[in-house]
Amino acid sequence: MARDEIKTGYKLIGTRPNRPDGLDKVTGRARYGADFSLPGMLWAAVVRSPHAHARIKKIDMSKAMALAGVKAVITRADLPTGLTGEDLNLQDNTLAGDKALYDGHAVAAVAATSALVAQDAARLIEVEYEILPHVIDVDAAMAPQAPVIREGVADYSVPEGMHPNVSRYIEFGHGDVEAGFAAADIVREQTYKTEATHQGYIEPHACVGQMGEDGRGEMWVCTQGHWYIRRMCASVLGIEAANLRVTPSEIGGGFGGKTTIFMEPLALALSKKAGGRPVKLVMTRSEVLRATGPTASASMDVKLGMTSDGTITAGQIYFRMQGGAFPGMSPIGEALPCAFACYDIPALRHEAVEVIANRPKAAAYRAPGSPMAAFAVESLVDEMCRELKLDPIEVRLKNGARNGSKSSYGPVYNVIGLQETLEAAKAHPNYQIPLGPNQGRGVASGFWFNHGGETSVSLAVGEDGTATVSVGTPDIGGSRASLALMVAECLGIAYENVRVNIVETGALGVNEPTHGSRATFASGKAAVAAARQAIAEMCRRAAADWGIDPEAVEWKDGAAHPAGPNAGKFPPMTIGEIGAKMGSTGGPISGHHEVTAEGVGASFGTHVVDVEVDPETGRTTVLRYLVVQDAGTAIHPAYVEGQYQGGAAQGIGWALNEEYVYGPDGRLQNAAFLDYRIPVASDLPMIDTVIVEVPNPGHPYGVRGVGETGITPPLPAIAAAVAGATGARIRSLPLSPPKVLAAIKDARKG
Amino acid sequence: MTKIHVTTTVNGDPVEFLADPRETLLDALRNHLDLTGTKEGCGTGDCGACSVTVDGTLVCSCLMLAAEADGKAVETIEGMAGEELHPLQRKFIEHAALQCGFCTPGILVAAKALLERNPDPTDTEIRFWLAGNLCRCTGYDKIIRAVQDAAAEMRGAA
Repeated sequence: MARDEIKTGYKLIGTRPNRPDGLDKVTGRARYGADFSLPGMLWAAVVRSPHAHARIKKIDMSKAMALAGVKAVITRADLPTGLTGEDLNLQDNTLAGDKALYDGHAVAAVAATSALVAQDAARLIEVEYEILPHVIDVDAAMAPQAPVIREGVADYSVPEGMHPNVSRYIEFGHGDVEAGFAAADIVREQTYKTEATHQGYIEPHACVGQMGEDGRGEMWVCTQGHWYIRRMCASVLGIEAANLRVTPSEIGGGFGGKTTIFMEPLALALSKKAGGRPVKLVMTRSEVLRATGPTASASMDVKLGMTSDGTITAGQIYFRMQGGAFPGMSPIGEALPCAFACYDIPALRHEAVEVIANRPKAAAYRAPGSPMAAFAVESLVDEMCRELKLDPIEVRLKNGARNGSKSSYGPVYNVIGLQETLEAAKAHPNYQIPLGPNQGRGVASGFWFNHGGETSVSLAVGEDGTATVSVGTPDIGGSRASLALMVAECLGIAYENVRVNIVETGALGVNEPTHGSRATFASGKAAVAAARQAIAEMCRRAAADWGIDPEAVEWKDGAAHPAGPNAGKFPPMTIGEIGAKMGSTGGPISGHHEVTAEGVGASFGTHVVDVEVDPETGRTTVLRYLVVQDAGTAIHPAYVEGQYQGGAAQGIGWALNEEYVYGPDGRLQNAAFLDYRIPVASDLPMIDTVIVEVPNPGHPYGVRGVGETGITPPLPAIAAAVAGATGARIRSLPLSPPKVLAAIKDARKG
Repeated sequence: MTKIHVTTTVNGDPVEFLADPRETLLDALRNHLDLTGTKEGCGTGDCGACSVTVDGTLVCSCLMLAAEADGKAVETIEGMAGEELHPLQRKFIEHAALQCGFCTPGILVAAKALLERNPDPTDTEIRFWLAGNLCRCTGYDKIIRAVQDAAAEMRGAA
């Protein structure tokens, strides 16, 4: 789509109406995963390994089976064999095979007439383990003495001679890196580490599964993508996708973590074994933290060359990431292209390895890989700016990517808004506020590709001229509102006259999940195409009524009009009039569009944060926080701001508090919200936002997608601000008070 | 295990149910009384998604046994709106103070309890009062603004 097709002067786009599902969600009526029940339903509980790495020698279920009310117990022996590749990994993670691979790995599951009986029965299942040596840390997992967790995980990309725990290797680059370093005035190289963090959605995973002995089933589940649930459950259980109908509930947060399966096949397998009675399975918070996908932990070497005027001459990175006990789950493939995506640097070398460790199978987490990469690269850029006494925004403006730049990972950027975010940050009052003692300011930019993906949307015109839109992307933060705004804008009808429904797997073609910041972009693009199809049909109906050529009819303001004086003189025929008589003019009027959506526009952002560090305790307080990000077009600005603020808050948590803490026994020490501490209301200031709008030429209304970029800059921005406040540069997250205090003491020793 | 007969009042309605001695008030609300608006986010009193009031006191219903509700008056999110929404509910929608909405019932119940005690709170007072109610989506900014706006409206109406 040409850029000049992007109109401005919208009637509805850019306004802030109440979200259609707001009433249900403030009254407790909205039905989330655990809120669904069926007659005759059983409750399930899962037995999990208390060991990081152990051979399962024997599982004795006899006592559990003897307990009154127990209807089914399953182990790996109840699942089909012969799976390969990622299907096998999913099955291995659903229920352990010969070995438990992490603390919390599911070993058996039970269904009973009540939740309490199921929990009692789970305690009666006796598992005999042979404890094996384990490894947790990313660097330790690839050291020569590390225990081999699973044989044969390395794919074709892994060079010879690496440890068997290394599962993937990626390398790419361009330009003469050595010549670039030689041309620099200073060349600096540092190592940075980030710990694993969890998405931390407040709603634990929950589902109700029902499956008969014929292998036909249904599932109600909280998920970002119910077609993914269908495909993965079908693979793990050896059934056909068409025989599993999956209906998504409302979703209580996901952030990438609900794009895959963890325990859903267990509910179906238990149901089948219990004679087809539906089974509800709800995780506890401890299970969520121990056994659902956190993000990867990372260890990253970065080398940069810079001239004294701030020109970056060359860059080189070597990232090491672990994504749990299964290959393919760390985001090295995203972290590398994100690392230098904000810059136009003549010579770059990227290299990364993935290694497996005795941790839960990682899942996507908001801009997977980009926050870690930004922590490494943006931190070193900041260190060099401070050393050369250069303004960090000016250095980014000088080296930053712009329209037509060849990106660090290959493609040429079309129309992007990084420079605009930097200019807006520079001009914002927050960047001018004088700092007091023990205060520091940090700046960082961030990037996410955004995503199109498989998308199928239907739209139906009602007899009263309203429109019903069926989409397959669960509404995780206001997408019903943004989709309704776009469809109403396109049809020329009131926002309230469009209802957007999230429909089950039987109602549409395959849809990818709400991931990659794609719901408003891709479902929106398809919904607009469907609306245009319906408009074309309504123009045909009007043309037939008027006895003129359909090309002589145009659509505006919710009605068909003769296109000009030559078309004839007819009063406008509204969508309501066309809808009322559609039965006699040719039947139902609808639109449908399905596509693997292209035309994605990347979203860049720049954050400015001020902190104050208490020199006595090492505690960091965020004083003020500014998010500037390019939305393309903000369809519903309030929910765009919400994405910016929420992403920043998660990044602040990652920077300051959150981490997976393991004991020497390989057990997770902080599997509760008390100890895995996400930011609470009293931790944060107001989060200021500036929405930059550089429309994406690849979307009818210029949408880019806004969900993910915001989590990326906070990690390096806060570390930079803490360095400014204390003089101590900390290169590993989180910046917990003890770590900051120790760094202040070291810095004082000089 | 012998069950306990519990007689209580929920949102003004008299109710009775049989509770296992191990069941929490949250379990009873959700599974015996079909009041699923109150959510379980952690089960350990850390997230506040299960916030209700019992005889006017704000509690995490996951930390209270169902049997302890006997003879008490419990208020949940389902009882918050009358014929019209409570100003907090309306302001949460208007300010986009919810994204996924899962923490919202608990935050609304907690915020209502705050405004009953302190009709004119500072931002900091709201932040500390709600520090026991985790929200992972919003960064709290729009929640604080919605509570302030509702408080101002309620003061104006009083």
